[in-house]
Amino acid sequence: MSQFETVIGLEVHLQLSTKSKIFCSCANQYGCAPNTNVCPVCLGLPGTLPVLNHQALLYGIKVGLALNAEINSFIKFDRKNYYYPDLPKGYQISQFDFPVAKNGYLKIKSGKEEKRIGITRAHLEEDAGKLVHDTSNSCSLADFNRTGTPLIEIVTEPDLRSPQEAYDYLNTLKLTLQYLGVSDCDMEKGSLRCDANVSIRPIGQTSLGTKTELKNMNSFRAVKTALEYEVRRHEQVITAGGKIVQETLLWDDEKAQTQTMRSKEQAHDYRYFPDPDLVPFTIDYKVIDGVRAELPELPQAKFLRFLSQYGLSEYDANILVADHGMADFFEAAVKEYPQGKKIANWLAGPVLMELNNRKAAINELKLTPKDLVTLIAKVEDGVVSNLVGKEVLTFMLDEGKGADDIIKEKGLAQVSDDSALLVIIDEVIAQNPAVVEQIKSGKSNTVGFLVGQAMKRSGGRANPKKLNELITRRITGA
Amino acid sequence: MSISKEDVKYIAALARIDVPEDKLEGFTKSLGGIVQYVEQLQKLDVSNVKPTSHAVPVGNVLRSDVVKPSLISKEALVFKVPLIIE
Repeated sequence: MSQFETVIGLEVHLQLSTKSKIFCSCANQYGCAPNTNVCPVCLGLPGTLPVLNHQALLYGIKVGLALNAEINSFIKFDRKNYYYPDLPKGYQISQFDFPVAKNGYLKIKSGKEEKRIGITRAHLEEDAGKLVHDTSNSCSLADFNRTGTPLIEIVTEPDLRSPQEAYDYLNTLKLTLQYLGVSDCDMEKGSLRCDANVSIRPIGQTSLGTKTELKNMNSFRAVKTALEYEVRRHEQVITAGGKIVQETLLWDDEKAQTQTMRSKEQAHDYRYFPDPDLVPFTIDYKVIDGVRAELPELPQAKFLRFLSQYGLSEYDANILVADHGMADFFEAAVKEYPQGKKIANWLAGPVLMELNNRKAAINELKLTPKDLVTLIAKVEDGVVSNLVGKEVLTFMLDEGKGADDIIKEKGLAQVSDDSALLVIIDEVIAQNPAVVEQIKSGKSNTVGFLVGQAMKRSGGRANPKKLNELITRRITGA
Repeated sequence: MSISKEDVKYIAALARIDVPEDKLEGFTKSLGGIVQYVEQLQKLDVSNVKPTSHAVPVGNVLRSDVVKPSLISKEALVFKVPLIIE
């Protein structure tokens, strides 16, 4: 057991999926040709005036409410000054002392334990441009399409006590944000980014140790690994009698280690001041109530409802809730066929497997809730076995056809017809005289073996109940 | 409040401006003069004035989330900057 306690705080930057940028009317779109979504405002040309995007403000309020935060009735924007080639104005428009939301929390589950992680604040700001480095020509190429993309930065209290907790927080936060529909939350595209502050202190000490800030983690997994590395480094330095230097470190995923940034800026001196170009805002409680009324059911509430309303297992409910599309699909399916548990089993089992194999999301499949319940009903009615049902599902997805058509076209319906089954049964009986003798002498549980053999011969198409019945009758005459 | 040469060097560094040693004295004086001039405001009694971040009493100016044409890329071109990695 370590004699130290780990203290972690996270900063998450989330790009908001508005149609236009936060302070100008350029398209907020990823993946366009360089510098095609730019205008005098986001390029920071002299004499231009930024104007706040109403939707970005509403999204900010929405995120704040979902994080159980207070929405400030007065907010304003400030300039954060620093020079970097991806920031054409020489300052980033951000929020300093009156952010859109403050004093919230997010409940997370880490292992069996439920924990409240404090949210210090959430503020709106603009994203910077992107530099593509052209080392062969000793220059960087600046693409300002991303400049002015609306961001909300969500800052936690130093409440996280382990890299695992940080990881759990990030997953819970991401899921919550996905439910809100304010961002695609795609880390690969950089829609969601995370920086981490970490320090350690002797167990029992209340004041915080010296922290380091970690940047450049491209996945939640990387955040966790980087934090684990950094905690170990802090422990080694302190145990050896050294001191941690407060600094910003870059995570190198390939080398799996942190590195000091080469250009050591002087201690951050951003000289924040109110942006005179943007007027302040008073947020009416009616606006807040309006946004609150539009909040969707959030993951934790949905999880609990799925347990009580449909009697799902925690395992199934977790899988459904972890994907907003899956949860919606589930409820649409239950409306068609009120067998929640069965539908959940299919979704958390075969359907999820198909999704993983195809690396697809549920709404990308050629499958409607109605298609799925038609298939489930066929299995329940014994038209196809469970096993064949899974095959039918694969065909349905490949060919975009309904269960009925697939079963008919491929001849997959269970054979329940006595005469057809008896042909197979007689073969199996002839080949397994020893087993037949056992059954005759009263060992009725060995019937299962013959059922299995017959099933194999039928290509999985025989109705197992019927087989059992017929075999028993054939051998014992009962 | 007076401005020292160190202050000038620090501000110049933040602004990425290279100030030659022989200009330092002059800049220190000029900047000091500006600060002194503004400092006159300190003499005002503002105990009855509400703090404000903006001089003009205007608020809640918003635009709807509508996309309008950007500059075409021929005008915007590609921006070449000194190689900066990190």
